[in-house]
Amino acid sequence: MTLLAERDPVAAARPPLSVDAARAPRPLPAPLLRIAGVSLEYRTPERVVRAAHRIDLDVHEADRFVLLGPSGCGKSTLLKAVAGFIPPVEGTITLDGAPVRGPGPDRIVVFQEFDQLPPWKTVIENVAFPLRAARGLGRREARERARATIEKVGLSAFADSYPHQLSGGMKQRVAIARALAMQPRVLLMDEPFAALDALTRRRMQEELLALWDEARLTLLFVTHSIEEALVVGNRVALLSPHPGRVRGEYNCHDFDLSSIGSRAFQAAVQRLHGRLFEPAEAPR
Amino acid sequence: MSRFAVPPIRPEIDRVLPPFVEAPVERALPLATRLWQQEWLRKGLILAVLALAWEALARWQDNDLLLPGFLATLSALADGVASGEILERVRISLTVLAQGYLAGVALAFGLTSLAVSTQFGRDLLSTLTAMFNPLPAIALLPLALLWFGLGTGSLVFVLVHAVLWPLALNTYAGFQGVPETLRMTGRNYGLTGLSYVGQILVPAALPAILSGLKIGWAFAWRTLIAAELVFGAASGRGGLGWYIFQNRNELYTDRVFAGLLLVIAIGLVVETVVFASLERVTVRRWGQVR
Repeated sequence: MTLLAERDPVAAARPPLSVDAARAPRPLPAPLLRIAGVSLEYRTPERVVRAAHRIDLDVHEADRFVLLGPSGCGKSTLLKAVAGFIPPVEGTITLDGAPVRGPGPDRIVVFQEFDQLPPWKTVIENVAFPLRAARGLGRREARERARATIEKVGLSAFADSYPHQLSGGMKQRVAIARALAMQPRVLLMDEPFAALDALTRRRMQEELLALWDEARLTLLFVTHSIEEALVVGNRVALLSPHPGRVRGEYNCHDFDLSSIGSRAFQAAVQRLHGRLFEPAEAPR
Repeated sequence: MSRFAVPPIRPEIDRVLPPFVEAPVERALPLATRLWQQEWLRKGLILAVLALAWEALARWQDNDLLLPGFLATLSALADGVASGEILERVRISLTVLAQGYLAGVALAFGLTSLAVSTQFGRDLLSTLTAMFNPLPAIALLPLALLWFGLGTGSLVFVLVHAVLWPLALNTYAGFQGVPETLRMTGRNYGLTGLSYVGQILVPAALPAILSGLKIGWAFAWRTLIAAELVFGAASGRGGLGWYIFQNRNELYTDRVFAGLLLVIAIGLVVETVVFASLERVTVRRWGQVR
């Protein structure tokens, strides 16, 4: 278990492009996304609930950073705070050194729900629309980039279909294509594959890793599946529930889809499983 | 059945499947089924049956003053069209209707935009609709005549009242029903203000807005005809309602029926041509409505 020990914001060297470089014992570069002492609360008609308490996390360039935890650990709330939908009650979230103030196209979110695609736009319009609305590209340029990205996720044949004509997995591919085309600084994924069947989910994980390998995106990925966390991520932050606190950060850059079933993978699963299901300590 | 029953162990089966050629995988539906799926054919059949029943009843009754038949009504309608009188009446009615309808739609959108953006707007909308939506538009006509005199102004006033409240209620309900994920997606793109309402809220709420427009249209059309029946007599050039009223006074019952038939026909055309086409190219195509 490697806990995040050294943190040196002054060492603003070029961030490593591959995870292997991060293993070398050299001072860490400045993180791309810094979550510092962030507490989040939400309000019900009767009370105010603390969803996350003083979270500290650093996400570096090209990380596939996974937030793992049971329901109620505030991982989705934390992701929405990074996206700018929920302001933290304390602490700061900074992206490239600038504080996050609201939703913006430099942090595109892929949601779990299938209704994230406006149903009145075809696949290609769905991908091209934010390019025009937020990036200010021209009609033709936006369509070209949209077409190229749609080809990357293998949906060229469905470019002119409407979302209601697609299967769940295809809709998520469109959402991913839309996010990729925007080239955000961080791609935020809120349990993007949770509503898919197991076979489709496996294929989508494979494709996501291939896309990451090609573009070296920075991912912040929320899941409640230990296996998915280990396969998709290179680093996993485990959150404890009620309220969400960071239980630990673990490396898993050695695992991919082919390592499922291997002894080391099973051991890692067991280790995370043990920490997820450990008996709650008595409140101090 | 023993409590300790154990399922038998059977040999495994593993077969290589040859390509499937025994029968076509998909085949066309029979012609009758395909025809019956055509909505216009089914609806046309209903209309034909109704016209036939009307004609049969009129012949059995045999009293042109009380109930002229379908064919007699059609010939009166043809006469009216040929002389140009009835078309002029329709034109007058539709012009007034368009003015009142458009003004009502504009006001409804203004009111709902206020309601989605501010708490005060919400309270204003819910209070006003609760007060005025149950009030029949025709009940305001005497007041309107007092304020705006005998003319288009009064008619437009009652039409606005007929359209505004149901449309505002429907549009507001539609805005509230837009899924949270879709709202967040729009904000994620950085859309705010009017562009957010126009690019995300309005298209997403379009099924509800369209149904509000339809209800508003029906209310407006019936209010207009009723209003013309009431006070058209006093104005020189009335619309379709006045045509019906005038001919009833002169006991041209076939012309009364021709006027009524035209009121129904215009309603049907607007409903099945205008609104149905609007729905087909928008909400049905987008899969928001089945």
